[in-house]
Amino acid sequence: MKTNSSTGSLAAWSGYRINLVGLAAFSVVLFWALVALFAPYITPHSVGEMIDLDYFGPMRPGLWLGSDYLGRDMLSRIIYGARYTVGISLAAVSIACFTGVVLGMTSAVLRGPVDMVVSRILDAMNSIPSKLFGLMVVAAVGSSIPVLILTLSVIYVPGAYRFSRALAINIDTMDFIMVARIRGERLPYLIASEILPNIIGPVLADLGLRFVFIVLLLSGLSFLGLGVQPPYADWGALVRENIGGLPFAAPAVIVPSLAIATLTISVNLLIDNLPQKIRDRSAS
Amino acid sequence: MTSRVPSLILGRLLIALVTLTIVSFAVFFATTLLPGDTATILLGQAATPEAVAGLRTAMHLDEPALLRFVYWIGGLFQGDLGTSYANHMPVATLISGRLANTLKLAGLTTLVSVPLALTLGITAAMWRRTLYDRIVTIATIGVISVPEFVLATLAVLVFAVYLKWLPALSFTYNVDSFSGLLRAYAMPVITLTFGVSAQMIRMTRAAVIETLNTPYVEMALLKGASRPRMVLRHALPNALGPISNAVALSLSYLLGGVIIVETIFNYPGIAKLMVDAVSTRDLPLIQSCAMIFCFGYLILITTADIVAILSNPRLR
Amino acid sequence: MMTNLVEIRGLTVEATTDSGRWIQILKGIDLDIAAGETVAFIGESGSGKTTAAMTLLGYARPGCRISGGTVTVDGHDMVTLSEKDRAALRGTTVAYVPQSAAAAFNPASTIMEQVIEVTRIHRLMPPDEARRRAIALFRALSLPNPDSIGDRYPHQVSGGQLQRLAAAMALIGDPKVVIFDEPTTALDVTTQVEVLRAFKAVTAQHRIACVYVSHDLAVVAQIADRIMVLRNGAVQETGSVHDILTRATHPYTRELLHAFHPDSGGREVRPVADSGAPLLEINTLSAGYGPPQSNGQPLVLAVKEVSLQVKRGTNLGIIGESGCGKSTLARAIAGILPACKGDIQFNGRELWHSARQRSHDQLRDLQIVFQHADTALNPAKSIEDILGRPLTFYHGLRGKARDARVDALLDMVRLPRALRHRRPAELSGGQKQRVNFARALAAEPKLILCDEITSALDTVVAAAVIDLLKELQRELGLSYVFISHDLSVIEAICDEIVVMYRGQTVETIVPADRQPPQHPYSKLLFSSVPKLDPTWLDTLNIDADRMRVA
Repeated sequence: MKTNSSTGSLAAWSGYRINLVGLAAFSVVLFWALVALFAPYITPHSVGEMIDLDYFGPMRPGLWLGSDYLGRDMLSRIIYGARYTVGISLAAVSIACFTGVVLGMTSAVLRGPVDMVVSRILDAMNSIPSKLFGLMVVAAVGSSIPVLILTLSVIYVPGAYRFSRALAINIDTMDFIMVARIRGERLPYLIASEILPNIIGPVLADLGLRFVFIVLLLSGLSFLGLGVQPPYADWGALVRENIGGLPFAAPAVIVPSLAIATLTISVNLLIDNLPQKIRDRSAS
Repeated sequence: MTSRVPSLILGRLLIALVTLTIVSFAVFFATTLLPGDTATILLGQAATPEAVAGLRTAMHLDEPALLRFVYWIGGLFQGDLGTSYANHMPVATLISGRLANTLKLAGLTTLVSVPLALTLGITAAMWRRTLYDRIVTIATIGVISVPEFVLATLAVLVFAVYLKWLPALSFTYNVDSFSGLLRAYAMPVITLTFGVSAQMIRMTRAAVIETLNTPYVEMALLKGASRPRMVLRHALPNALGPISNAVALSLSYLLGGVIIVETIFNYPGIAKLMVDAVSTRDLPLIQSCAMIFCFGYLILITTADIVAILSNPRLR
Repeated sequence: MMTNLVEIRGLTVEATTDSGRWIQILKGIDLDIAAGETVAFIGESGSGKTTAAMTLLGYARPGCRISGGTVTVDGHDMVTLSEKDRAALRGTTVAYVPQSAAAAFNPASTIMEQVIEVTRIHRLMPPDEARRRAIALFRALSLPNPDSIGDRYPHQVSGGQLQRLAAAMALIGDPKVVIFDEPTTALDVTTQVEVLRAFKAVTAQHRIACVYVSHDLAVVAQIADRIMVLRNGAVQETGSVHDILTRATHPYTRELLHAFHPDSGGREVRPVADSGAPLLEINTLSAGYGPPQSNGQPLVLAVKEVSLQVKRGTNLGIIGESGCGKSTLARAIAGILPACKGDIQFNGRELWHSARQRSHDQLRDLQIVFQHADTALNPAKSIEDILGRPLTFYHGLRGKARDARVDALLDMVRLPRALRHRRPAELSGGQKQRVNFARALAAEPKLILCDEITSALDTVVAAAVIDLLKELQRELGLSYVFISHDLSVIEAICDEIVVMYRGQTVETIVPADRQPPQHPYSKLLFSSVPKLDPTWLDTLNIDADRMRVA
């Protein structure tokens, strides 16, 4: 769905049609990225410091987002939580998409036995529900940060693979690939120079989508107590530890949920509303 | 007229079988990676070296992994799912009651979400780009984007804390009356329905829009057909395949959703059982629950593919 | 004096661009059509002819709108009617036969259901009577098995049959006006003859006014009473068929007529006996698709023991209809689809069947140019990169030397040098095909295989490309193997013509000898090509069905 609110003169000048919704979404994503990056410099209080005598305290000056179940400042907890949520998810999605895309393109170009074997294996991996896989791995190996990143990547490699392979196969049927092949070009050239530039757009959109999936899964795992372990906490873990405040509608339990929602909704909206290059039909 | 349909379906079932084997392999080995010696854990206080050795032989723990896998599969077929470490009860007994509960939850959710989602999805596609469609699309994106526990907490906030219509947690499941049934199941079902419906609406809408953009639907318009006729007689029959695919895939989302919902609402289902088992590192329980989940997931995915095969008119 | 059935006055249609502007794609059309009259809309792609025809239904494609003027059909102004009233007229007063019948039929429903659907929508008659009418129409349109063909699904029926079934679908509502939108463009020449005859017979019988949209003057000459020539949304000329063909006044019309017969002049017809060994020699080559059978041959043999020769500096044309194996032959020669039998001798050496095993020099000397320039050029690359890569790959050119050569190539194909920084999407169809060709030239080949390179282009543009090919041959001493289904194009450029049918070569014709074709299929093929003579179709003496059984 594309909302057609275009900014007229700005659009004509830059050659791109910019969407207000897309712009808003982009700002939110940028905001959280910056928060995650500069976390240590902007937290008002140290993460473990208990500063409020009351727990589940309300939002007020000095404690902008209230206090949590131990009386700690929620604002600081959220800022640091951003680091974990955004950081882990970004790392995982990069690994997943890079692996998936390279494998996908290679399978599409080589076809034959390589394609069959890789596709079968990744299809089988896809048949395990993602939460289940996460649960099992955590049960087996624990939940340190590197394990989390690796597990999350592995779960989403098959999806990235399937998507990029389908795109690459479409490109592969085009005549210009045939022309390159009978010129004598080899696999690395075909992948990097002929196929990748044509699929990079949808691949980046898919990356955004997978990022959202990973954020959701990570938050879910942390909520179940199987993700980021105390004393560190990502947003899902924050909801978990403050769940007791739910009957009081305490900000401590609402705010991390809101943070997750704003991040994921913004990424989704951004993908749907990217600026489009205008190709003006000439009037001649 | 030879039909390729039976051979295609058979092929798909075969693939499902092979995948099931691979998956059970993966489940078995993932869980055997657990640290700690199984026999020692089981015996607890009574873990003398002789007792441990004896138990190890009895449980075939010294034999190669492949053989143990075969024993385990054999046991599964006979209904022997092993004994739970934590509860010292046969896993089968533990599971059966809880499985029924989860199935009830899933069934209710399906009953509510499928008609709702199909109606919304198809009508949003029919009246594309109107205000109605915009609202549906935005709401759907919003719901898909948030984790289930956020939906759950939202549901609790709205229905239990502010409106005070429903209890926050379902403690009792004695459903003597219809209103009792409603109160007990309402929250989990509402939460799950939101998630499942959103997926289904999105995919259904996309499938119907795609069939509406075809030349033969344009041709129907040029023959003077009305909008409802174009959708019902021309677009939908061709969209049936993708829509069924969407339904099956969305229902598979349930498998993840119940894990969260049962935990947050303390619902005595099989997902909660498995989460608890993970915390206590209860091997046999985890294995069996995982197998059930994977099996259910595979059934849904395979059904989706088979429906897609059946609904392709070119294969008749 | 009879009143006009259709009156179009000052019709303008606008389309929206990506940036939100509206531009005119039809700029004021005036036309009258009387009952029983057939008027042809002629023009190249983008001229607006389909858009104009569809306004008779009161329909504009998504992204377009009728912005002005009136279109009066049988007394109703389609422009100002409500959508509901328009729907009532569609199928009953005005009907449409689409360009691609295959796409216009719902794959999930039987043919009969869709043909009689018009009667259901408008409640014209009970279904049984509708079915009887449909079967009568099938018979009138010379369809095979008229009683049972309606029970089939669209994908079980051939293209030519589907086209006629689409006509039946339009005629069943007894319309007064029928729009035929390029109905024979996608069909083989021999099928086209049958279809045209069927249309002509049925529409004459019921005195139906027809609007025939096409880019093919010869086809239109057979079937129309009057012609309206369109270009860029404006009418260039209108007149009776006879007037247009014999004394066209507008320069664009003249250009179209001229492009119909590309010059075979301007080339020295070289004597065939010359420097010894042929450049390309193919002996009993066989190739096909599918898994290999017990006899070593693939499941579907598309090329069966073909032998032919190309002498240096001369051109060989291969002509045939769809499915005859000519494209497969081209791919086998290029090594894309390895042959299973026979040998290929090129420049005195034998070539491996598969391109993977051939040397770089062999690959360089033999180039292939494909039909669809859209898919033959990488959309993500600039023209500079597309032309530069073969230069680097084959000749090791880089930097300034490479740039200079790219400029030279662009000059050779008569394209402005400024194009080098553009992407393929910004070029027109003819320009893209020239770049395609320039890329083949970059390798400095001896032989270029042209696989239907003009088939996707407009007639005028195609004629220009053919002229270019002839010039380049003179300048660079190239040879071509030119594959096409279009006889006039092949006759313009080739010294020898090979006719293919069902995977085999049927006859070799040398145009310079001026002998008529001997083989029955060649005769059929050559005589099925429509001529600009309006009486050609009526006097045609070939029964294609009888021929095909042979």
